Amino acid sequence: MEIPYSVKPRPDTGLYNAKVGIWLFLASEVMLFGALFCSYILLRVNAPDGMWPHHWLNIWLGMTNTIVLIFSSVTVVLSWASLKMGQFKRYKLYQGVTILCALTFLCIKSYEYHDKFIHYEVILTDGRIADGHIEKGQTTADTVALLGWWPKDEAALMDPPMGHPVEKIEIPRKQIKTMENYGPWHNTYTAIYFVLTGLHALHVLAGAIVIFAIWGPLAKVWEQDPERYINRVEVSGLFWHFVDLVWIFLFPVLYLL
Amino acid sequence: MESTTHDAHAPPHQEPGFWQKYIFSTDHKVIGLQYGITGLMFLFMGFCLMTMMRWQLAYPGHPIPIVGKLLFRVLGEDMVGKDAAGHVGVMMPGLYNSFGAMHGTIMVFLAIVPLAFGAFGNFVTPLQIGAPDMAFPRVNMVSYQFYFMGGIIMLASFFIPGGAAQSGWTSYSPLATVADMGTRPNGQTFWIIGMVFLISSSLLGAVNFITTIIQMRAEGLTWMRLPFFVWAQFVTGFLLLLAFPPLEAAAVLQLGDNLLHTSFFLPTGLVVSGQHLHVSGGGSPLLWQHLFWFLGHPEVYVLILPGMGIVTEIIACNTRKPIWGYRSMVYSVLTIGFLSFIVWAHHMYLTGMGTRIATFFQTTTMMISIPSVIILTSLFISLWGASMRFNTPMLFALGFLPMFGIGGLTGLPLGFNASDIHLHDTYYVIAHFHYVVAPGTIFALFAGIYYWYPKVTGRFMNEFWGRVHFALSFIFMNLVFMPMFIQGMAGLSRRMYDGGATYAAQDGVVGLSKQVIGLNIPISHAVWALGLAQLPFVINFFWSIRRGKKITSDNPWQATTLEWQTPTPPPHGNFEKPVEVFRGPYEYSVPGHATDFTPQNEPPTAAPAPHGNPLLS
Ligand code: HEM
Ligand SMILES: [Cu+2]
Repeated sequence: MEIPYSVKPRPDTGLYNAKVGIWLFLASEVMLFGALFCSYILLRVNAPDGMWPHHWLNIWLGMTNTIVLIFSSVTVVLSWASLKMGQFKRYKLYQGVTILCALTFLCIKSYEYHDKFIHYEVILTDGRIADGHIEKGQTTADTVALLGWWPKDEAALMDPPMGHPVEKIEIPRKQIKTMENYGPWHNTYTAIYFVLTGLHALHVLAGAIVIFAIWGPLAKVWEQDPERYINRVEVSGLFWHFVDLVWIFLFPVLYLL
Repeated sequence: MESTTHDAHAPPHQEPGFWQKYIFSTDHKVIGLQYGITGLMFLFMGFCLMTMMRWQLAYPGHPIPIVGKLLFRVLGEDMVGKDAAGHVGVMMPGLYNSFGAMHGTIMVFLAIVPLAFGAFGNFVTPLQIGAPDMAFPRVNMVSYQFYFMGGIIMLASFFIPGGAAQSGWTSYSPLATVADMGTRPNGQTFWIIGMVFLISSSLLGAVNFITTIIQMRAEGLTWMRLPFFVWAQFVTGFLLLLAFPPLEAAAVLQLGDNLLHTSFFLPTGLVVSGQHLHVSGGGSPLLWQHLFWFLGHPEVYVLILPGMGIVTEIIACNTRKPIWGYRSMVYSVLTIGFLSFIVWAHHMYLTGMGTRIATFFQTTTMMISIPSVIILTSLFISLWGASMRFNTPMLFALGFLPMFGIGGLTGLPLGFNASDIHLHDTYYVIAHFHYVVAPGTIFALFAGIYYWYPKVTGRFMNEFWGRVHFALSFIFMNLVFMPMFIQGMAGLSRRMYDGGATYAAQDGVVGLSKQVIGLNIPISHAVWALGLAQLPFVINFFWSIRRGKKITSDNPWQATTLEWQTPTPPPHGNFEKPVEVFRGPYEYSVPGHATDFTPQNEPPTAAPAPHGNPLLS
């Protein structure tokens, strides 16, 4: 049994099924990320004055990732256009670049995550706060070694002054009251940061896998049924654009504002 | 992206094996039946939970008869205790909370939605639009499997340490995070993961339904020729598509709170049983409520719209008249769809919102009742002057109308915050929404089962026992829910483990009167009687598969819509040849036509009938 309009567009709507499907799916994705953005706003508005973190993320890394994703959006379009013109080799090349971009993005993102997981805020028994990246090599059972600084209070931590002095700090464990890294449990900012970017990264990963599958293992469909193949590339491309678009919102919201 | 390439390899008429045909089927009819059978089982389970809770409410502290000992053996002494005389079988507070939370969850997400949308939507929609199947048959199969997985996870949670989720079907934070803190993962964790599966299932289903309705309508089946049932499913699809993702987001956030010690919904300085909670704080409990009810309100329309669709089909067919005001019904259902996204905070009047916001939500809530009233009124007017056929499906459909009416009208006092402040979280709310969903939607589902049964099996269900089933259900439903309005207005809270005894009036203490608390007993008896009243249905359902009266035509009710123009049961691919549609959905009793029904795919006769039907022009 053949499902109508699974390849050819239906005359009165001008769309084939998968294209309608992906647009609907993207609408639901808008609601998903929309809800999380709203949560972000509510949490931020609820935070006491001066207690919402700023400049906790590396703008240059974020910027690089933004450029990588925008670039990949261009290659996705070019690869689809190449297929439309019957240039399979070019398609392979462009889409290969897309996949590389996705991997680059994920590598940079993992580096940023790792950076947060080794970043500790230590509150000493005398009330002082030490903040910095842990030096694994020199941290022992008795002392914790950080490469960081001594903010004067929590508020100073919320917006660390640019180029504050960084020193080597050694704290005997006995003097530590609490010690916590910048994971999602740290505060509502890191929490929503990890959820938003984590969910986005999962989308990048999923998109990359689908694009790769069409590009590699399923490439023979091109010979058997080129129209179906182009549709697949188009649909996965639409998804990819959406993933990029989400990042275009995430970047300023989390890195700049 | 479907099966042409596969079919090319398979020999043309190979019969698929059992697994392929019934378990991993991609045929929308089989999937519809899978949803139907699973959904009915969950409906039964959800009901069983409530029968036990009703015992505790009527006779607090007494061991549950019949099943008490069994519960004790399966769930252990934390959940099931002893009375003063040492008899085991008393429902403990934790178990009561679990059963309550799971009753709501199972009924809404695992029974009604899968039946109304999954089962009827799947089986009937493609047939009514003249399509060979859904647009994405394999996605359809996956939606059912996700639903099934979600159900298994929810059920499994009863048997883990600490038992199933205990924080209500709404899972309000921070309660949902701090309840049963000692065990992780606990029932709530299972609930969240189960919900993620159910939500994903609904999302896939919604994409599939909407695409199917947009893309696969038969030649000539324009939008205004769609049966109202299809419209209802279409709008339901959009509600699921757009309202569920925020709950998915909320579920992820609550999972973070429960497992990763984030504080999305946990405020600063939270104290639990005298202990300061070690979390970063700064979160907002209201955020959960907003995200939940943003889904929650559209969800109640997901519960009701397919029911309205079913009832409309049955009323048109059994009044032998076109539906009065078809167009206004279509516009109403679309309006309901839009408005249902901007009324959610009427569930939150007591959270201390400002008067401006409250005014906004009161206004939208009143506005949304208008299209509901239009639909109901159109259906009532459709009955006017008809020579009705009172068969079982029609009886249930007719029962639906006043029951939904009561449910809807009692929603109005809840929609004004002045009256809601008194009624919120009382049995009045319980009575309100059960009137819409139980004698409302569930009656519509029964109507649908009796109506489409012959298309599925080729046999009718027994008419006499169908009527018995209807009459008894109608009586007992009302005996169960009507007194709850009284209890609620008297102030009985909906979440009392002891049926309100704690707040009973005593000498010199103002409280709930004996009569109000005493109503618990007849209500509970009516619940059990309602359970027994389903026996005729269950027996009839199975008995008729083999023994029911055989149909003599593919269109036994002499209906106009396309699902009756197929062989019985419809084969894989549904129609023997592509259908073309020439007319609207409800051309009954067209003057000058030989029969009193004109199927949608009947070509126009060469010479038009001398007198056009004024109702149709
Ligand atoms: C037509 C007009 C309706 C109005 C004005 C209305 C209004 C309301 C309001 C204001 C509440 C919140 C009460 C409170 O918690 O204090 C409520 C609760 C509820 N309504 Fe309705 N409603 C209407 C129809 C429906 C329909 C059609 C359904 C579903 C089939 C429905 C299902 C529910 C449910 C499930 C709840 C309770 C949720 C909970 O707290 O657990 N309602 N209604
Ligand atoms: Cu509501």
